[in-house]
Amino acid sequence: MQFAQRLNPFLRRIPVWPIYALAFVPPVWLLWQAANGSLGVDPVKALEHRMGELALQLIVAVLAITPLRRYAGLSLLRFRRALGVVSFAYVVLHFLCWLVLDMGLLIQQAAGDVLKRPYITLGAVALLLMVPLALTSNDWSVRRLGAARWSRLHRLTYPAAILAALHYLWLVKAWPVEPIAYLGAILALLALRKLPRAPAARAAAQLSTTGPR
Amino acid sequence: MRRSPRTDLRWSDVTPRASFLSRRQMMAATAGAVLSAMPRTGQAGIATVPSDYSTGEAPNSLADVTGYNNFYEFGTGKDDPAAYAGSLTTDPWAVEIGGLVERPGSYDLADILSGVTLEERIYRFRCVEAWSMVVPWVGFPLSGLLDRVGVGAGARYVAFETLYRPSEMPGQNHAILDWPYREGLRLDEAMNPLTILATGLYGEEMPNQNGAPIRLVVPWKYGFKSIKSIVKITLTDTQPPCTWNQTNPREYGFYSNVNPAVDHPRWSQASERRIGAGLFAGRQETLLFNGYAEEVAELYAGQDLAQDF
Repeated sequence: MQFAQRLNPFLRRIPVWPIYALAFVPPVWLLWQAANGSLGVDPVKALEHRMGELALQLIVAVLAITPLRRYAGLSLLRFRRALGVVSFAYVVLHFLCWLVLDMGLLIQQAAGDVLKRPYITLGAVALLLMVPLALTSNDWSVRRLGAARWSRLHRLTYPAAILAALHYLWLVKAWPVEPIAYLGAILALLALRKLPRAPAARAAAQLSTTGPR
Repeated sequence: MRRSPRTDLRWSDVTPRASFLSRRQMMAATAGAVLSAMPRTGQAGIATVPSDYSTGEAPNSLADVTGYNNFYEFGTGKDDPAAYAGSLTTDPWAVEIGGLVERPGSYDLADILSGVTLEERIYRFRCVEAWSMVVPWVGFPLSGLLDRVGVGAGARYVAFETLYRPSEMPGQNHAILDWPYREGLRLDEAMNPLTILATGLYGEEMPNQNGAPIRLVVPWKYGFKSIKSIVKITLTDTQPPCTWNQTNPREYGFYSNVNPAVDHPRWSQASERRIGAGLFAGRQETLLFNGYAEEVAELYAGQDLAQDF
């Protein structure tokens, strides 16, 4: 907690916009590597999987922000919207890699797969769930919807995250470690929200909402 | 202390593999017209004869063939085999041939290969994951070996087993599959002239990551049927257990013939991506029996291929 208290003033001074600027780096870097042949023997799968994995990593990061505040006192809330928007952008790029590069724009087979293949269906649903979240990730929408309705809407993040992890797990043959680790991390971060808060943390939270008297 | 003689040679002076390979390709192309009719020495030394069963399609590059492998004994990543298979000891190597055979025993690899004419077989290779390659194998028909050991009365199937050696095959330390890897064929499939035991590719000895020193290649079936690094061949009268079939019988049938009309429960098998074709190459149609219907369709006459998948 003390460490966090010393860190928080620094975090307050870091601007948010570099997240959006830095977000361009991984996709551009991956495309560059794919173009010059350093993404390995199958650049299509490499691009597609890396974009999906990056999106999943950002989703885990977004879900970690509330538990980090509650249990470590670290306030990263300012960065959450940017991380969420970037994760959505990566999900869209992951989808485009699949549709254009992997499926070669065979729209009929692609549409059939979305309906028939459970892992693709899950991925598609997760993407659709994220659309309203991305569209309302701005101050105007928060004002328009009101904070309560806006937060209720944004709880769609939880099913979207679980579906994304299942989408990964269902795709692979056998039981490799990575997809299980992502699903485990997401479920753990969601479970932390359900735990009763420790008395000290509750007091601290109350203090921070009501302010010093 | 003895010091090694100083030289001015550096690693940068060594001809890069890609360069000497392309030089060899040039030389081979020049010599090709002259040599095509007689046994030829491959790019680095294994003498092979060409085969009528070879496809005219352009083979994938050596980098593709040796850098993108499913060989879970070395890890589940496509580049794990290339990274970790170097530690595999492939000499000495013996194959135990038993079951319903007339001359069972442990056969040294040299004995298996003695007197055998190695052929270059350029085959299409279709993975169950819906990608494909073209591979210039070096090998010989499995039927030749089975004839030499004598197929016993009542034998109906051939079972194969991969080496189990966790000290050199790190993937075997994880229970990803029920090790050792096992595969099997019906006897008539095993005796089909397309079915080969391969000991090399691209005119060289088999790279470890491709299943050194000896592996099966059954080009009309999904790649996982072509079991690698074989140490045991058993002729049986009942259908032998196969690793992927046991792991998930709904997804991986005993036959596992390439068939665009029979989908994998989780993905379509109607089309495939040819590895090495480029970022925007898209997909190509998958052919029944991977394009080898003329040679093998009659094996399955009267069978419902959706049932016996």
